[in-house]
Amino acid sequence: MLEASTVAYPRLTPPVRPELVSSVTDSSEIVQVERPLSTWERITGQASVRRLFLLLVIVVAWEAYARYLDKPLMLPTFTDTAAAFWTELNKPFNFGSDSNLLVKAWTSVSVLVKGYALGVLLAAIMSSLAVTTRIGNDLLSTLTSMFNPLPAIALLPLAMLWFGLGETALVFVLIHAALWPLALNMHSGFLGVSSTLRMCGRNYGLKGLRYVLQILIPAAFPAILTGLKIAWAFAWRTLIAAELVFGISGGSGGLGWFIFINKQELNIPEVFAGLGAVILIGLIIENFVFRYIEEATVKKWGMQH
Amino acid sequence: MEMPRHGNGDKPLLEVKEVTLQYKTKESLVTATYKVSFDVYQGDRFVLLGPSGCGKSTMLKGVGGFIAPVAGEMRLRGRAIHGPGPDRMMVFQEFDQLMPWKTVKQNIMFPLISSGRMRAKEAEQQALKYIDKVKLSKFPNAYPHTLSGGMKQRVGIARAMAMEPEILLMDEPFAALDALTRRKMQEELLQLWDDVRFTVLFVTHSIEEALIVGNRILVMSPHPGQVKAELNAHEFDHTSIGSPKMQQLQHRIREMLFADQIEQTEVPRHA
Repeated sequence: MLEASTVAYPRLTPPVRPELVSSVTDSSEIVQVERPLSTWERITGQASVRRLFLLLVIVVAWEAYARYLDKPLMLPTFTDTAAAFWTELNKPFNFGSDSNLLVKAWTSVSVLVKGYALGVLLAAIMSSLAVTTRIGNDLLSTLTSMFNPLPAIALLPLAMLWFGLGETALVFVLIHAALWPLALNMHSGFLGVSSTLRMCGRNYGLKGLRYVLQILIPAAFPAILTGLKIAWAFAWRTLIAAELVFGISGGSGGLGWFIFINKQELNIPEVFAGLGAVILIGLIIENFVFRYIEEATVKKWGMQH
Repeated sequence: MEMPRHGNGDKPLLEVKEVTLQYKTKESLVTATYKVSFDVYQGDRFVLLGPSGCGKSTMLKGVGGFIAPVAGEMRLRGRAIHGPGPDRMMVFQEFDQLMPWKTVKQNIMFPLISSGRMRAKEAEQQALKYIDKVKLSKFPNAYPHTLSGGMKQRVGIARAMAMEPEILLMDEPFAALDALTRRKMQEELLQLWDDVRFTVLFVTHSIEEALIVGNRILVMSPHPGQVKAELNAHEFDHTSIGSPKMQQLQHRIREMLFADQIEQTEVPRHA
């Protein structure tokens, strides 16, 4: 065996070569180390420009198809929708039934913010307890497995029985919509914090709430941010759906109610304008609020690229 | 080089007496160290040396207060060690020991402020002083992910030193670095020691590193970790690499460490 391999692969001795020493060219003499990007490269390099272009394509396709279909009750054109949107924006700023679209949007958003904020607070408390105590851990896993699959909207009839036909019922449902997905993400984020960072925190003498606030929350921030986004989307959907079904809260209705009423009155361009407003608010929150938080935290810290 | 100075008379700074440490894995209870004793004096560069599995890292975590001993006691300046605390600062091997959400300066300031030792302004002065000492004065506002491995380790060392702890605990701090950077960091650590005269408990599995960095070496045997010898190495630094005296000591330690393995392989023959 050994002999055969020696024959097939004779032991080669590499030749001894002379040593080489070369001098390095000064970087200033190399012609093009760096080149500024061309205008076209710069424009297409911007994500917002590319996305705006895609939006434009969608709008043109919509307009063309609606004109071809020519059934304004089924699918109004983009221009009709835009006109309805504009008329709604020029209505008076009061809390009556015929108020400005912005007032209606604000009604929805203010309820949303209340429910969302409470949901986030509760999720933070529950997942902090879950990561520091064993019984808290059991409580969180039991509750999330019970309530996370339950659609928040299914609780609305019960909420209205308990809290009446008002904002409180909506806030209750919104808390339910935001709490569980966020708690789940936060908890898994906390569990994923590296043991070295945990030991560092304890080495500094941090305990309890300070340990959670100063070590666990920043270290788990990528997962928490994902949770915040999912919770926001769940809450927003739940709110519009709740308004669509049960309508008014307080003095004036929100966006969901606006869509529902206009559908009853067959003002289809207004229905589309209402949907447009829902989408627009979603886009603004995603692209400005969450994008900003991302840039200022996880991207800056190099936790996400 | 000079003999180690005993700053605080002849009383040791850290006394470890017959300490047995155990930890649980999913399947079993592991005895990491068995009746380990040693004394660290002020100004010592005390090295725990041994192969993997000799419990040297566990020993360091025990001194750090992360693991409580099942038997024996550990005293720092006469006080028994209960739980982790900022009087024993750890420098870890892993690069992720820095908080990614804080800049170099903020990372160093954080323990100073959170332990209540200093106010923000004072802490900033202290941080800048030690940033300068570890030669990072160009990058106080950089985030850790923009630094190289060696630079991250320097921040880790500066952060621990800025706290001016009773004792620095270093867990193979240079093991994840490339050979050239490691050598540079060892030299810088010795320069820093010359400058500040801190006390350090240093864990390594490299005999050469132990001889260069340490002035006193605890040689440990594995499964469970027990003391094999406590040797002097204060005469050696980078300039002594290859010198007959150092080679002799290296050889002696190597024999101690590998003697077990030879015995183990020979056991079946006698049985």
